[in-house]
Amino acid sequence: MAHGRPGLTGALAAAAVPLGFLAVFFLWPVAAIVQLGLGDGLGAVLLAPSTWKIVGFTLGQAAAATAVAVITGMPVAFLIARTSLRGNAFIRAAVMVPFVLPTVVVGLAFRSLFGEGGPVAIILANAFFNVAVVARTVAALWSHVDRRAEDAARSLGASRLRTFTSVTLPVLRPAISSAAAVVFLFCATSFGVVLLLGGGEYATLETEIYLRTVQLFDLTGAAALSLLQITSVVAVLVIGAVLRRRSTTLRLRGRADTTRRPAGGEWGIVAAAYLVVLALFVPIASLVAKSFESGLDGYRALGGTGFRGSLQVTGWEAVLNSLRAATDATLLALVLGGISCVALVTLGRTRARPSLVEGIDTALMLPLGVSAVTVGFGYLITLHLLPGDLRTSPLLVPLAQALVVTPLVIRTLLPVLRAIDTRLRQAAATLGAAPLRVWREVDLPLAARSFVAATAFAFAVALGEFGATSFLARPESATLPVVIGRLVARPGELNNQMAYACCTLLMLVTVAIVIVVDRLRVGSVGEF
Amino acid sequence: MRRLSLLLVVAATLTASCTSSTQSNGERTVVLVTHDSFTVEQSVLDRFRADTGIKVDVRKSGDAGALTTQLVLTKAAPIGDVAFGVDNTFASRALAEGVFAEYRPADADKGPQKFAVDGLNRLTAVDVGDVCVNVDLATLAGRELATPTSFEDLADARYKDMLVIEDPATSSPGLAFLMATVAHYGAKDWPNYWKRLKDNGVKVVAGWEEAYTQEFSGSSGKGPRPLVVSYASSPSAEVGTDGKPRTAAVLDTCFRQVEYAGVLAGAKNQDDARKVVDFLISETFQKLVAESMYVYPVRDGIALPEAWQKASPRPESPASLPAEDIQANRERWIEQWRTVVRG
Repeated sequence: MAHGRPGLTGALAAAAVPLGFLAVFFLWPVAAIVQLGLGDGLGAVLLAPSTWKIVGFTLGQAAAATAVAVITGMPVAFLIARTSLRGNAFIRAAVMVPFVLPTVVVGLAFRSLFGEGGPVAIILANAFFNVAVVARTVAALWSHVDRRAEDAARSLGASRLRTFTSVTLPVLRPAISSAAAVVFLFCATSFGVVLLLGGGEYATLETEIYLRTVQLFDLTGAAALSLLQITSVVAVLVIGAVLRRRSTTLRLRGRADTTRRPAGGEWGIVAAAYLVVLALFVPIASLVAKSFESGLDGYRALGGTGFRGSLQVTGWEAVLNSLRAATDATLLALVLGGISCVALVTLGRTRARPSLVEGIDTALMLPLGVSAVTVGFGYLITLHLLPGDLRTSPLLVPLAQALVVTPLVIRTLLPVLRAIDTRLRQAAATLGAAPLRVWREVDLPLAARSFVAATAFAFAVALGEFGATSFLARPESATLPVVIGRLVARPGELNNQMAYACCTLLMLVTVAIVIVVDRLRVGSVGEF
Repeated sequence: MRRLSLLLVVAATLTASCTSSTQSNGERTVVLVTHDSFTVEQSVLDRFRADTGIKVDVRKSGDAGALTTQLVLTKAAPIGDVAFGVDNTFASRALAEGVFAEYRPADADKGPQKFAVDGLNRLTAVDVGDVCVNVDLATLAGRELATPTSFEDLADARYKDMLVIEDPATSSPGLAFLMATVAHYGAKDWPNYWKRLKDNGVKVVAGWEEAYTQEFSGSSGKGPRPLVVSYASSPSAEVGTDGKPRTAAVLDTCFRQVEYAGVLAGAKNQDDARKVVDFLISETFQKLVAESMYVYPVRDGIALPEAWQKASPRPESPASLPAEDIQANRERWIEQWRTVVRG
């Protein structure tokens, strides 16, 4: 293999790792559970008008929530990527908080803010959870984009708006469509939000699959809906991939060169960003306020195991459990996500067909858009066929989380890696650097911010993970979200206080971790 | 760089302290599969282990419905040896699918048998949780209203816009309350009763958390509605600092939910699994169920905790329906209910 001329074989071999993982932990379980339901009733479900109403509402609310998240996320992305204002480090971490909060408490907070709930509340709550995805994914690319092209446009007399639409936006488009695709999938499969704020009146594919599988044991109906869900997700992903196809090579810069004090009209965008952050804080503040309703009782109770021992761990033990589970899952996801990215980028640089690269990319995104119920029950009927019955192993938690985190890591890293100028790499290779050294000296430093953002995401997802862990968590390893869910589901004032105290704790842990991760100097990552 | 490696070191130590589930020393382990609400102090399990040499490994997953679905899907390769938490609304499904093996504990006649669902003794009752309407005593007194005592009262104009319930499609207490009305009014008349409830301004939410902690005025959420569908045991958690109950259950609106345990048909370790079923209806465990899970023991002669005796007395004659009726009609009832209440 010639230096700097990556080989197709090497890239395909690297791609085999994440694809193999995907096949075993996603495709096989889903295929197995859907196959159980294949039967005569399938067509009837697919043709029922009520089914199509559900599909319409699912896609409609997801599209609306995605639009809200993109519009509100962009000013925040500008703030943390382009300005050197005080407090940006905190804002970078604070926007991640919604990401980790258990749906049940956010749902309750939104219910108390909106009274009744309904479609508007569902859309806003879904957007609330996902503003961080847009802000951080776009900022990860934006903070590396050279400002001089914009400056040139401005000095040639273009207005700010014109500069943004014809210079900045085309550059950011891959990151924006990346983020939008992820947000759309998250919103399309949101479960708790729809139940809590829909009051049982609004159904999405996700809630209906749950109802049919668990309440009615109608596997045929569930299979039909799962197939619909998979089909519509694949359609959305393909559209997203086509939109991302025109990725441009940019002159990426180190982060220090791209932030400035805002000037003139930029303050307007900064003001908008602060407004968005303030809006995010409204539900968060209401949760914190709730935790102090009867003074510090809830916090004092954290040292114990709840009112009449409702929990088997103390609040503090739950914090440790959360950190432990999240660390495992994050490391696993970063490894898988990192390998996938390298494979996809390298494949993109070979003479491989773009459609092959897009196909792999889309396949890895699939787990975000398929019902956790489908995957979870799929595990039950397949994984015992592997050695060591993973169904009941604590290993399954990080494995299941990696499935969700890997696509996020890819979506964060890929736009940046793809934008790196190949000539830099060729120059390095010409000067005698081996392929690995080229990665270390050229790609890694330029993608540092997005690697950090990906790590922060992976951690936040794993910290807030409720679905997979509640399915598997053993009593002594209950994590914070599991504990919160259990406390909220019990009567008694102290349980309620303690639930909200745990929420506050979870937020603090999240902010602390994200700040720590953000400060990591990844530029030297090649040294270990 | 130094910072990152520090993080990795921390991660490695955290990972290392993770316990592994594999049994290496040939210890006898029974895996108990149960739902999220199951709670038992570790010390109790440790004592059981000291007495019998059996280590109980608890695995929780979802609610009673999710648990039943899992057991049915994995009956060929069970995820445990013994299961607890399949209730009378799901029992028929599990029995029809042949999930459980026959076993009748020696202590079955000391109470559990009264709740038997199955001629073959595949399921043993462990606890009873009654779903009843709860009232906020102070608010009603403030409005100079008597406490409602029956289903009819709930549809009475005096209590207009006061009741909040859970959707039977998405909530287990919601379904229980629907079935209570089916049992009380009969298969033909219950939709009419619901029409009257609807006209009387009943509010429907998706789950217990919203209903109880947000809409109900008697909980810490201080919501707008003084009547809520909850459990007979809930008032025991809402006792004021003066020791007086602040809420009460309307004992004539209750529906009985019985939770069962059974040995899984494919269990590798049948004998030890049976001992765990024995343990669940033993005096030791039955004394704990009220405090830890907010349910009533099935064993005769177990005294309720003091707070319960005043606030949460056991409903005398809760409604119930045969398990096979529930299984056969669940979907139809929910559909009918939707037509009446949402339509």
